[in-house]
Amino acid sequence: MRRTEPGDVELRAIGKSYGGTPVLDSIDLTVPAGSKTVIVGSSGSGKTTLLRLLSGFDFPDAGTIRIGKDTVAGPGVAIPAHRRGIGHVSQDGALFPHLTVRDNVAFGLDRHQRSERMTTVSELLELVSLDAGLADRRPDELSGGQQQRVALARAMARKPRVMLLDEPFSSLDTGLRSATRDLVSEALSAAGITTVLVTHDRAEALTFGDQVAMLRDGRLAQVGTPTAMYSMPTDLATARFLGDVIVIEALASGGRVECALGIVAQSTSLDGPCLAMFRPEQLRVGRLTAGADDGGCIARIIGLEYQGATRLLTLDVPGSVPLEVPVTGDTRYLVGDRVSLRPTTEAVIFPTGRAGASSPTP
Amino acid sequence: MNRFRRRGPVAVIVMAAGVSLLGLVPLGYVVFTAVVTGGPTLAALVFRPRVAELLGNTAGLVVITVPLCAMVGVAAAWLVERSNLWGARVFGVLLVVPLAIPAFVNSYGWVSAVPSLNGIWSGVLIAGLSYFPLVYLPVAAALRRLDPSVEESAASLGVAPFAVFLRVVLPQLRLPILGGSLIIGLHLLSEYGAFAMIRFDTFTTAIVDQFRSTFDGPAANALAGVLVLICLVLLVGESGARGGARYARIGSGAARPSARRALGAFAPAAQLLVSGLVILSVGVPIASIGRWLVQGGVAGWSDRYLADALAQTIGYALVGAVVTCILAFPIALLAVRFPGRVVRVLESITYITSSLPGLVTALAFVAVAIRLVPTLYQTSVLVVAVYLLMFLPRAIVNLRSGLAQVPPGIEEAARSLGRHPVVAFSTVTLRFVLPSAVAGAALVFLGIVTELTSTLLLAPNGTRTLAIQFWSRVNEIDYVGAAPYAALMILLSLPVTYLLFARSRTDRKVVNGL
Repeated sequence: MRRTEPGDVELRAIGKSYGGTPVLDSIDLTVPAGSKTVIVGSSGSGKTTLLRLLSGFDFPDAGTIRIGKDTVAGPGVAIPAHRRGIGHVSQDGALFPHLTVRDNVAFGLDRHQRSERMTTVSELLELVSLDAGLADRRPDELSGGQQQRVALARAMARKPRVMLLDEPFSSLDTGLRSATRDLVSEALSAAGITTVLVTHDRAEALTFGDQVAMLRDGRLAQVGTPTAMYSMPTDLATARFLGDVIVIEALASGGRVECALGIVAQSTSLDGPCLAMFRPEQLRVGRLTAGADDGGCIARIIGLEYQGATRLLTLDVPGSVPLEVPVTGDTRYLVGDRVSLRPTTEAVIFPTGRAGASSPTP
Repeated sequence: MNRFRRRGPVAVIVMAAGVSLLGLVPLGYVVFTAVVTGGPTLAALVFRPRVAELLGNTAGLVVITVPLCAMVGVAAAWLVERSNLWGARVFGVLLVVPLAIPAFVNSYGWVSAVPSLNGIWSGVLIAGLSYFPLVYLPVAAALRRLDPSVEESAASLGVAPFAVFLRVVLPQLRLPILGGSLIIGLHLLSEYGAFAMIRFDTFTTAIVDQFRSTFDGPAANALAGVLVLICLVLLVGESGARGGARYARIGSGAARPSARRALGAFAPAAQLLVSGLVILSVGVPIASIGRWLVQGGVAGWSDRYLADALAQTIGYALVGAVVTCILAFPIALLAVRFPGRVVRVLESITYITSSLPGLVTALAFVAVAIRLVPTLYQTSVLVVAVYLLMFLPRAIVNLRSGLAQVPPGIEEAARSLGRHPVVAFSTVTLRFVLPSAVAGAALVFLGIVTELTSTLLLAPNGTRTLAIQFWSRVNEIDYVGAAPYAALMILLSLPVTYLLFARSRTDRKVVNGL
């Protein structure tokens, strides 16, 4: 059952409930062979359940899962984890506490492979940038980041068709987290392994994969490339989850949307009150210079917070609630100054009053 | 002041050292008699066919029973904790009940049911049924605490379920299996009643017989020396097998219960195994006692010594439990607050002493008392002192974990609010430790209620505890008359056994010191 060819992954109409409570509902998702998909969602969104269904630790109540050519779960089919040809790395690595690093990495190799295991293990450790001298250590003698990399090497040893990563970086310190993430991402790309990562971390969601799937309340809210997900979210909750937002009440009529910042969109199917959403970096704050009009509206600084590289201005915009806009570079603003405020792109428009619109950012 | 800080209050140290050194009496006595007896005499006493026979019996008993208990205990624990066994929760409790039935009562139950029982296999059967929970209980506790994601990792690496159990689960159960097996081994070495009942001779039964025929004779002492050596071999062997292993779970992830595995075609066999265990270990002795009780009728309970025996047993057990807890406290306190090499040695002495058969401790105390303080001989003080040495670790283990759980900041807060250190300790820390102290005392209580061998040897004339009365009825072949005493011992033990079960939910080291 050991495969060296990466396989694509397809989920069709997956449903799962625990004790009558639905956790996942009609999930459709395709992960192309050799690509990386991030499933992102807040805790309780069902993302870990989805990964456990892919791993074969649990089975769906409805729908089918296909890995490569094999249907691994579906009506009358329930292939358990050990026969799926997958790799799995959990939140804390789940290394075998009674085995050395070497024996952990070699655990999944069969006898024939074990004869060459010395070289295999060293190669794998090198692949995840671990010193070969660590091979004889016990897991509890390693740091968290090292443990995660051993777990990855162990999972890669069998050349899995699909690598499944369950929040593998969340237990690491901030600095270590991004370094380990980049390293793991590179190692997986180099090996060309189809990868599914589950996370609640927005940075991880946007940097790790070729495709992002936003999971909310057991349903897929949106699937797309990281760029599309960030700049063209289909609902406000997704927008908030993936980055900071500035939301302004607006009015749509005749396809155009107008708010306190002027006309912010040229085509919309909505009509009546709506919401205009910007990313903070899409609003430009400028000094008012006599005689020159950069096309923005005029706002007054009513609050100023030093944040290191940036300053967060609280702006009083006529016809709007105060807006918080970060500025970099010019540090000479003072409270009471009047500035111009101008969007650099069109806003993303959302209808008002939708359930998702006002839900708090996690 | 500085020295006080580092080493602990002098009074506490003196008390701890005193208690611990008292524990050296049995070992010291064995060595002393060996020296006094002299090489040639000793050799003549030790190297003879009778000793070889006893050695064969005792070693055979240990070598057969311990692995059997380990296998049965692990299998039962896995079925109860990890499979879809029908009635797993009920079986989880029922499999601990044998701990409430003293081995000699179990033996009596079996002999009543199958009078022809004798020889080593009968010994294995009875002892195995009495002691397997000592492996079952810690292994079940460990299974509950294993991180399921480690097993899932193994599955994701292409390893089939049974291989996962052998390669990942079993190695992580090594410490509870070893710990439980050691305790079973020590029990096998020190048990007298259960084997005497089926006329199976071990070192312990032989020593008791010797002692009763030739009081304080060199023959009994020589046998005791060999017995102590076997004990030490077990202790060293276990600690060697344990090695430097520490299989703490590494991650910090929230523990999630492991999924139960469907037994499928094995379900009937598994159900049969677990039900069979309960029927053989609990059903048979209880049924026998029930049968004798019915036969004795109401008249059986009108035994004029019954109430007296109950009162004496509770009296001894209460006094013993309280004394043991109080004297265990200094050692536990030093171990938690002022850990160091000296304290570790003091603590180890108490463990080793309690691992020696109670019989040896009793012999040593009788001999020492007769020679040095004859006024103590044939008094209950001597009995309580032996109980203390036998059951001290039960109190220490519990007090230690209780003390370790007290946040040190709380006592310091009390002191910063103007309480004298002693007042702060007794009003704040002691209150926190009370539940652990009660638990420790309860386990000592259980030990004393079901203690037979040392009590037989030491008790002042006229002492009638439940165990002694039971034993004398049995020796008079009055099985009907013995039944009410057996029933009362089990009833007294049941609540404490349940306490053990409840604690095993949270504490993996639950049987340490039993």
